[in-house]
Amino acid sequence: MAKVSFNEDRCKGCGLCVSVCPKGIVSLAKDKINAKGYHPAGVIEQDKCIGCASCALMCPDTVITVER
Amino acid sequence: MVVFEKTKGLTDAPLHYCPGCTHGIIHRLVAESLAELGVLDKTVGIASVGCSVFSYNYFNCDMIQAAHGRAPAVATGAKRANPEKIVFTYQGDGDLAAIGTAETVHAAARNENITIIFVNNAIYGMTGGQMAPTTLPNQITQTSPYGRDTTVVGYPVKVCEMLSEITGASYLERVAVNNVKNIRAAKKAIKHAFENQIAGKGFSLIEVLSTCPTNWGLSPEEAIKWLDENMETYYPLGVYKDKYKEEK
Amino acid sequence: MSEKVLMKGNEALAEAAIMAGCRHYFGYPITPQTEVAAYMAKRMPKIGGTFLQAESEVAAINMVLGAAACGVRAMTSSSSPGISLKSEGISYMAGCELPALIVNVQRGGPGLGGIQPSQSDYFQATKGGGHGDYHLIVLAPASVQEMFDMTFKGFNLADKYRVPAMILADGTMGQMMEPVSLDASTIETYEKPWATTGTAEHEGRNVINSLSLSPAQLEQWNISRYERYAAIEKDEVMYEEFMMDDAEICVVAFGIAARVSKNAIVEARKRGLKVGMIRPITLWPFPKAVLNKAADKVKAFLSVELNMGQMVDDVKLATGCKKPVYFYGRTGGVIMTPEEVLSALTKIEKGEAKQW
Repeated sequence: MAKVSFNEDRCKGCGLCVSVCPKGIVSLAKDKINAKGYHPAGVIEQDKCIGCASCALMCPDTVITVER
Repeated sequence: MVVFEKTKGLTDAPLHYCPGCTHGIIHRLVAESLAELGVLDKTVGIASVGCSVFSYNYFNCDMIQAAHGRAPAVATGAKRANPEKIVFTYQGDGDLAAIGTAETVHAAARNENITIIFVNNAIYGMTGGQMAPTTLPNQITQTSPYGRDTTVVGYPVKVCEMLSEITGASYLERVAVNNVKNIRAAKKAIKHAFENQIAGKGFSLIEVLSTCPTNWGLSPEEAIKWLDENMETYYPLGVYKDKYKEEK
Repeated sequence: MSEKVLMKGNEALAEAAIMAGCRHYFGYPITPQTEVAAYMAKRMPKIGGTFLQAESEVAAINMVLGAAACGVRAMTSSSSPGISLKSEGISYMAGCELPALIVNVQRGGPGLGGIQPSQSDYFQATKGGGHGDYHLIVLAPASVQEMFDMTFKGFNLADKYRVPAMILADGTMGQMMEPVSLDASTIETYEKPWATTGTAEHEGRNVINSLSLSPAQLEQWNISRYERYAAIEKDEVMYEEFMMDDAEICVVAFGIAARVSKNAIVEARKRGLKVGMIRPITLWPFPKAVLNKAADKVKAFLSVELNMGQMVDDVKLATGCKKPVYFYGRTGGVIMTPEEVLSALTKIEKGEAKQW
């Protein structure tokens, strides 16, 4: 059971995590704005996550924690 | 089980870098390496001048902020005063390859037992996007508005290639942080550079190709693509020197 | 009291630095200070210290900065053009509040100037040199013995106040040989909890830095440093008074100019001229109070310098322009003779001299 969580307040909405997710499940929440004023990244379909940590490796702002 | 979380090698301070700027990735790789090698509490980092000037707020170790280009000299003083400590510099291309060329070359010539993290994004970021010593031919910047004209301002400096001719230098590798595979390789190189220092093997410099979406005028994703297509061809990745490879 | 040995000023200074606990010297060759580097190159490897000939003066001062940040006693030495190059690093060290010793064995300037003795870096040493609101503690030895003693003093004061200290010598002080007693002066040691020695050795992270993008914070840093400067001005002024008891003309001179002036004063006394001297040993802090007090007694001041009159303004300010201030100086590497100083004194006495 893989789980990926986002520290949304650190996110700058750059979308690099979105671009590297092999399952295509990371997206920017267009309906949300965080404290910094960005649309933060997140995952809705957690069950599809394989815990590869690609998103976390690509994230410049250490927003992402991955568990497996 | 946690397979990935923020390293304790970084402080909790949010990074000031622009969205999608890959400085953050490089910071993390350095911090993870120091933490994993168990040397964080005996490390002295040297911040430089440029976008990474505030790195003293981010690396969770003692830090010294150096004048523009002088980080290798400051690191030399720190290392000579504290030979048992781990000393690294974190410098951009303007800092290292323009104003600090002499300090870089001579630290390499002395095989100074320090680690240099050299972030090459082909532009001056902090001052708003001027031509760097590493700006590519024909690349448009604020001070090369018609593209870098090599007949007027010459060609980019290839730091790893240049330093590879210096007898003293121990380990030189160019990496990039434009995809997951390259990030893993970059981490390995950075860690190896610190291992070299711990083993007393002397001067290591890791050149990291990085993006500057803001001053390149591209989205973060486009910037990654621009790095793939332009920088990697001009600045080939790879090990340029590893004096102690055979011993490994 | 140990026996005296005959030594060159530059070598006495270098030996004093080692005796004062300095094990990190970073330099670059330039005349007329090179003996300091040569001495360090010989001695440091034998005592487990670091002598490093840097790629430039710029690099050398930044190596000093790095070593000083890690809490050790570090130093560099150079001569005038080299100090101009070091000024960037000196400003950073002042901003970072790092103690270290910088030695300037002055030569003529500006530009490449010459290699003969000069005191024409007075402005540079006492008024800044680099950018920003800062001072250095500036010590001006006038003998080989003082080259030795002031080196201890410089390290001690630098550590005590976290302010870089400079020895402002000149080519004669560096090159001349005199008997010197190598008794170790007092070594004061100060805790350096701010040093970047790794977080294993202290609470929290130590950051050595001169940058703040907050004007209010940067102002506060400067104000708090100036509070320390005020303490230095209050407690650390050093000067020598020579024949001042009944003096009517007061010579103000430092370094070699003071040595020459002493001879002139002795001769003047023989001729009935009541002349004395106040010799600043600290050029910053400047001995303002003693000069101001002297202004109530004497008729005139004569500033004698190996430059075009860089200290005169300070003498006028210190004395509140209560009495006329005159100037006699030679520059470009020319050293005045006692006769020339005597002649300047005679002119003042006769009312023939022109005020500054």
